[in-house]
Amino acid sequence: MSGSLRALFVSFLALFIFSSSLSVNSFAQEVGFSDHIAKLAKSKLREKVGLISLIAETKDPRVPGLFQNLLSGHLYYVKKTGLIVAVEKTESGYLASDVLSQQSLGVVGKRSVKKIGVNNALRRQLRSYIATFDLTSDDVSTRLGAAKALLKTPQANFLPILEAALVDEADAGVRSAMVVARSAILLTSDDAEQRLVAVNGLREATDKKVATLLEQLLAEDQAGNSAEPDERVRQAAEEVLGSLRTQARIYKVVEDLFFGISLGSVLLLAAIGLAITFGVMGVINMAHGEMIMLGAYTTYVVQLLMPNNIGLSLVVAVPAAFLVSGLFGVIIERSVIRFLYGRPLETLLATFGISLMLQQLVRSVFTPLNRPVITPEWMSGSWEINGMLSLTYNRLYIIFFALAVLFLLIQLLKRTFFGLQMRAVTQNRAMASSMGIRTGWVDAMTFGLGSGVAGIAGVALSQLTNVGPNMGQAYIIDSFMVVVFGGVGNLLGTFVGAMSLGIVNKFAEPMIGAVLAKILILVFVILFIQRRPRGLFALKGRFVED
Amino acid sequence: MNTTQGHWWRSDKGGQWLISAIAVVTVIVPVLNMAVPEDSIFHLSTYAVSLLGKYLCYALLALAVDLIWGYAGILSLGHGAFFALGGYAIGMYMMRQIGERGVYGNADLPDFMVFLNWSELPWYWLGFDSFSFALIMVLVAPAILAFVFGWLAFRSRVTGVYFSIISQALTYALMLAFFRNDMGFGGNNGLTDFKDLLGYSLQLDSTKNALFVCSGLALIGGYILCRYVVSSKLGRVLVSIRDAESRTRFVGYRVEHYKLFVFVLSAMLAGVAGALYVPQVGIINPGEFSPINSIEIIIWVAVGGRGYLFGAVIGAVLVNYGKTYFTGAFPEIWLFFLGGLFVVSTLFLPKGVVGLVKKRSIKRQGSGGAKEEAVIETDDQASSKEVSS
Repeated sequence: MSGSLRALFVSFLALFIFSSSLSVNSFAQEVGFSDHIAKLAKSKLREKVGLISLIAETKDPRVPGLFQNLLSGHLYYVKKTGLIVAVEKTESGYLASDVLSQQSLGVVGKRSVKKIGVNNALRRQLRSYIATFDLTSDDVSTRLGAAKALLKTPQANFLPILEAALVDEADAGVRSAMVVARSAILLTSDDAEQRLVAVNGLREATDKKVATLLEQLLAEDQAGNSAEPDERVRQAAEEVLGSLRTQARIYKVVEDLFFGISLGSVLLLAAIGLAITFGVMGVINMAHGEMIMLGAYTTYVVQLLMPNNIGLSLVVAVPAAFLVSGLFGVIIERSVIRFLYGRPLETLLATFGISLMLQQLVRSVFTPLNRPVITPEWMSGSWEINGMLSLTYNRLYIIFFALAVLFLLIQLLKRTFFGLQMRAVTQNRAMASSMGIRTGWVDAMTFGLGSGVAGIAGVALSQLTNVGPNMGQAYIIDSFMVVVFGGVGNLLGTFVGAMSLGIVNKFAEPMIGAVLAKILILVFVILFIQRRPRGLFALKGRFVED
Repeated sequence: MNTTQGHWWRSDKGGQWLISAIAVVTVIVPVLNMAVPEDSIFHLSTYAVSLLGKYLCYALLALAVDLIWGYAGILSLGHGAFFALGGYAIGMYMMRQIGERGVYGNADLPDFMVFLNWSELPWYWLGFDSFSFALIMVLVAPAILAFVFGWLAFRSRVTGVYFSIISQALTYALMLAFFRNDMGFGGNNGLTDFKDLLGYSLQLDSTKNALFVCSGLALIGGYILCRYVVSSKLGRVLVSIRDAESRTRFVGYRVEHYKLFVFVLSAMLAGVAGALYVPQVGIINPGEFSPINSIEIIIWVAVGGRGYLFGAVIGAVLVNYGKTYFTGAFPEIWLFFLGGLFVVSTLFLPKGVVGLVKKRSIKRQGSGGAKEEAVIETDDQASSKEVSS
């Protein structure tokens, strides 16, 4: 009891000392900042130039925000009191907040406030100040972002700021970005020596923008005269440009590879459920695409149920989709497919009928229009490795997700008792049955598993493509191609099949176009099956021919 | 189920009934349309004539599928491709017949080529000014595709579901290809705005009736041809391939040659069906290649009864009549109905409508028929065993 009292007292004391020292420190600033700000309202444009410099010199933490607002035209003053406010335009009106206290003042009338005007000269001044703030920010990523932004719009007036920031910069990554940005600015210098230094400074750069700048430098007019008069600069620039282009080619290959692997993962996800129902059980499930579709619609419904937790919704949707599609799978197996074992052509027709009914079911319940599935924040955006290569997060996650699903399934088949039963039933049904395995139950569960995995694939695909009643149709043929190509009854074969088809497709696409690439892949698989009717990784041994 | 050679025609009671029925329809429909005055209740609208003509084309297509599926055990999920190729061949001829009457008034190029800024006719369009050349292509184009595809597939013994899946991939690939504008077949829109055929305007009732009669005659001819093929020695080999492919091979037959022959023949029949279909509906586009169309053909045959030939015709007409009715009356229900048809016919009607009728008549007839039933049963078991390998 006494201990906790003492702790409370100490913390009170600490709080008091801390807050009082803070207020003393900021007192001098506070006076300058608020005084200068108050003058903003009535001063003329000419006077504002000096005023802005004064405000910047206070180094008050509120300055960057203030300048941003001023630059974007969101800074107003209240006509009656002269109070400076930042205004946010909302549907209900102008939402104002006091610049000094940062407190919201609620909605104010449009007539009661007046915008603080700026001209182009002021805007330039503001921009350079904002760049300075960002370049000298304590946050490394802010500094890096500012340096990269400068590279995108290289302007001579930022040069002194950049030079100053470069002196103090400790982080190597930010430094090199700053050097590149400085070089990009110096390229437009009148001094040939400086331009030469600039071109050499760009040697380390990996950015498409740099290549564009150098191309501009080397551009020739109609008479064949280069924009760059100096021979040495031209040579150096060509050299750098050459190496940049080589880099660009390499990164293009890496990017194609990434897209290929990502398409391969999509194919893998779509096909892996089929690899179980078709590959392991030998059931031609034409409704497989609709199982994917059901998974995607489950994602949509989950997002409707938890609109405030979109980020979490995908995590919830994965097991939900597995259950929904799995349940449908079990029902289909028990009601239709189990009567058709050993008659694959009839199974094909019956499951095709089921797929039509499921499509119509979704059309009747959710309308024939595509449903919007939201991409959560953690899935959007991209990972920018450098100026030439950036990988989108959704594709990146789907690659890992597909691999995880594959890994789990292989473990399930190889290491669990259920997997053992499943393999036993598929290899020799009669023997498994006489050993006491409930083959009917195993069949239902296996089919449910394959369908459930298809549902999971639907969750992933809902992030990449439109969710509509026909989405399953788009994947069914591809899935069959992957399974047949990889070798029936072999999950690893499915993996290799999906990846090779995905990568070949993406490498062929830039050369011959997307549609032709797809046709080519189909023809290739058709021809491939002629040569190896049982796929890449055919099962060997006694049960091949049974 | 087939009797000895020489009597192939007399023993086919169902076929005789069917042929007579088609012949009567072929005569009576144009009469009801042209000769009966419009205010009479017996008058048949021109729309109905075209619709019936469409059914007859579908029936011919179903016949082609039954020839390979019912008698050789080849389940092709890409037969719509041959149908569409035949349609494109005749469509190309009709495109050339438009001449200067197109929107752009260009006598040398079809409208869509003018639109795409093509300067001259691609080489594969040459010759389509001539009707006889187009007719040859109606047969040859599907035949070549079927020959190449079948030769590749049967030679390496791609059978059962594998064949089904790659034939589906074939028609899917063709659909994607024909959707491209660069292919020179009108891309997305396909070929349409046809004006006339052999100089007769397609708008005229008489032309439509003539096309209807042609469809009826083609169906009768196709039926007789198919019946002849399956009753011949070759047909018996086909049935044995269907029921026990390996055994037939061991006995010494070149299984792949037989399969290839019947596959190409079936593709040509499908091409003829497509060529008769396109003038009656007035358009051919890549949608005809879509895999779902090909699968629908299978269900016509399955509903009618696989392996009877006349069953395919009955099934095509029944299902398509159902489709016309349901898509008009309850568009929502059509897919449920079609899907349900697939499930019900595979689960409860393994021999289709014809099988149902036969079973009843066999029960009534007593011992003589029971024997035949036994034959059907063993066929069924044998084929299911074979297919599962």
